[in-house]
Amino acid sequence: MSLLHIAIISPFLLAILVPIFYKLFKQVHTGWFVLPLPILLFSYFISYISNVSHNRITTESISWIPSLGVDFIAKVDGLGLLFALLITGIGSLVVLYSIYYLGKDKEQLNTFYVYLLLFMGAMLGVVLSENLIVLYMFWEFTSFSSFLLIGYWYHREKSRYGAQKSMIITVFGGLSMLGGIILLYLMTGTFNISEIAAQSSEILNHSLFIPALLCILLGAFTKSAQFPFHIWLPDAMEAPTPVSAYLHSATMVKAGIYLVARLSPVFAESGVWLWLVAGFGIITLFWGSFSAVKQTDLKGILAFSTVSQLGMIMSLLGIGAAALHYPSIDDSFYTVATTAAVFHLINHATFKGSLFMVVGIVDHETGTRDIRRLGGLMSFMPITFTLALIGTFSMAGLPPFNGFLSKEMFFTGMVRVLEMDIFNLETWGLLFPILAWVASVFTFIYSMRLVFKTFTGKYQPEQMKKKPHEAPLGMLIPPIILASLVIIFGLFPNILSHHLIAPVMASILPSLLNDSKEFVVHISFWHGPTIELFMTLGVIAIGVVLYTTFPKWKSMYDLHPEKLTLNRFYDRGLDLVQNGSFKLTKTYMNGFIRTYLVYIFTFFILIIGASLFMKDAFVVKTNNLAPIGLYEVVLALLIVVASITILFAKSRLTSIILLGAVGYIVALFFVLFRAPDLALTQLVIESVSVSLFLLCFYHLPKLKREESRIGFKLTNALISVGVGVVVTLVALSSHSNKLFESISQYYIENTYEKAAGKNMVNVILVDFRGFDTMFEICVLAIAALGIFAMIKLRLTRRKEG
Amino acid sequence: MEILMAIVIGILFMTATYLMLSKSLLRIIIGTGLLSHGAHLLILTMGGLKRGAAPLLGEYAKSYADPLPQALILTAIVISFGVTSFFLVLAYRAYQELGTDNMDQLRGNEGNE
Repeated sequence: MSLLHIAIISPFLLAILVPIFYKLFKQVHTGWFVLPLPILLFSYFISYISNVSHNRITTESISWIPSLGVDFIAKVDGLGLLFALLITGIGSLVVLYSIYYLGKDKEQLNTFYVYLLLFMGAMLGVVLSENLIVLYMFWEFTSFSSFLLIGYWYHREKSRYGAQKSMIITVFGGLSMLGGIILLYLMTGTFNISEIAAQSSEILNHSLFIPALLCILLGAFTKSAQFPFHIWLPDAMEAPTPVSAYLHSATMVKAGIYLVARLSPVFAESGVWLWLVAGFGIITLFWGSFSAVKQTDLKGILAFSTVSQLGMIMSLLGIGAAALHYPSIDDSFYTVATTAAVFHLINHATFKGSLFMVVGIVDHETGTRDIRRLGGLMSFMPITFTLALIGTFSMAGLPPFNGFLSKEMFFTGMVRVLEMDIFNLETWGLLFPILAWVASVFTFIYSMRLVFKTFTGKYQPEQMKKKPHEAPLGMLIPPIILASLVIIFGLFPNILSHHLIAPVMASILPSLLNDSKEFVVHISFWHGPTIELFMTLGVIAIGVVLYTTFPKWKSMYDLHPEKLTLNRFYDRGLDLVQNGSFKLTKTYMNGFIRTYLVYIFTFFILIIGASLFMKDAFVVKTNNLAPIGLYEVVLALLIVVASITILFAKSRLTSIILLGAVGYIVALFFVLFRAPDLALTQLVIESVSVSLFLLCFYHLPKLKREESRIGFKLTNALISVGVGVVVTLVALSSHSNKLFESISQYYIENTYEKAAGKNMVNVILVDFRGFDTMFEICVLAIAALGIFAMIKLRLTRRKEG
Repeated sequence: MEILMAIVIGILFMTATYLMLSKSLLRIIIGTGLLSHGAHLLILTMGGLKRGAAPLLGEYAKSYADPLPQALILTAIVISFGVTSFFLVLAYRAYQELGTDNMDQLRGNEGNE
């Protein structure tokens, strides 16, 4: 086990210790014990940067299930390292923030940090796993721990609802991803991503390629809250704010992005990939930003904003794949989209993390998150206001913050879609820049709403639960760090480019790297009066106009009927599935034994009858038959008459006696067919059974009076005739189709020689096949004991009194 | 002979099925009794009928009836007797406790506790 493996599982190990710390050191906030670990891990992963920037990939392997090709292989390359740094870095800040956010006395801190550490370890496992099955394991671990974290305040109904919803949607995607992984394994014979990627050109035309692609993308889209699976993310906002900041802005929702980026070397050659990833991304971008504007809850705005920004990154990853299709054009022409995706990934994590923390502070200090109640907080919370300003301006894509740079590059990528002439992009490609631009206008509007509706305007003290004041320093430090990163990356973007972005690009688009060439990423702050700049200016101009006139066109949102929202579809669907299956079960599980017997007999008739018919199995051969004797015919008539009379017998006593008659006739048959032991047993047992029947039912006086015939039912009659016919047919054809001789000759020859007996049946019962007899004795013993117990043991609840 | 027996067995199965589909618990048990008779006869018939003397070596016959199906049936008779008697006492106790042997009233669904 290498240090890297220990780093990945260390959060799990610490999670074991957290409850112990919690119990032992009640007076210290448990978060302080957790905090060192992510910081340590962050510095550990920092040490990989020099390795990675020289394109050296570290791989460590432990054997787990070698016979199935599942090994825990940890791999640190550019992409994995970037995510590991985000997870541990923002993880440290979130833990620090949560120490101040969650009260020591009010909250169950032990469970919170256990869940959080589980999540952190699972996320590290996802991004650093080379083996897809191990990746899937950690992937489900993130769904699971996120479920626990969303439902942290489990006494609130909305928390439970949100947790369940996110669980259902992400696990649905996760399972489909597992299907995709298995399909990939079927095509390539390996679970290791780099080995699969090495075979990508061979599997491109495999019949399972598209299903695998769809399954994997379904997993990625549900996890990363892409349209129409984004509906779980706004409901996940019921989680404590540190959780929202960590899981639902910086890490977990980017797991889908990670997966898409990670498997780009496998799938990106395909046009379907480009269309789906870019198309769903751009739709999500538009829909998220459009819906964010109408939210009145601060976290709701941020949730939809996260959805939209994730869509933006996703669409950039899709467009970036186009570079693979134009080998002649200079590589950086289309890879700019991939660069923008990676850069925006970092930027989004910084500004969205800080914005969530800011919102948490506002919630914490005023007691509400509703922007209709908030306003005029600028003078009370100047630091928070500044942080919010930085975050939202970066989100809206204004200079000099990092969001501006990534938005410019995003526009560049989208504009370049126009020049593609593959996969029908020449006709539909125009939608990409238009949607991108419109979405950016909406992004601008909700960003402005977020900051100005909260911090400027009228101060309404009577609407707030607490008197607002500035947050404690510890709560402010994490967003301050993130906001300074926003500015630093905005002003000096190239400190990231060589060490982080270029290696990530190398992981996403490895096939473009030949002969030890490196991606040269250079993000320029000022790139001249290009079309992107005018687009940004247009966004600002239109955005300002629309923001100021928002009350006038707000009613536009009412045009979209409540009935047609995706949430409504989800709720209806869930309801339909539950009620539908309940009703379905109720229709066929009605509690009547008769109904179940009808099912059983019907299927017996159908299945056996159908296979007799389909296999042409019904044959009657007459060459092997015994002669018909007079006695047998008489007995046969008698038994038929007796058994049919039972059906029409009015009294139960008659039926019992008729059953006895049938039994005695069977005994007579045994006599005629040369089976003396059987005849003997049958006679005795029939006598005993009939007396038992009589004992049971003759002496129950009430029953005697309730005499009636069986009511005639056509279905019952048809079914029973069917059963009888099928049995007869099976008997006839199986008798006609004897495949080999009986083995009984052996018994006949050896009964005396080997077993010293002359009665063959008895010798078989106790000698050749004695085990049958032993267990038959057991059956009788159990029946006897059972009857005894039933009669003697009366533990029923007697009616009192 | 086997064809005749096959028809007889079919009729036994038919009546047994019809009885098992009825409402009264007693009739269901009678149905199972008929069903086991049918099954025993079926085993015997499938082994071949009237192929010689009873399977006793003292007969000194040229050929004997197949002893194996007879051993199987003997086991089956005893087992079905055990099960039937258990079932009967169960029905008897059920009647004692619940006061009915109508299967429609013996529904164990929710709400009927």
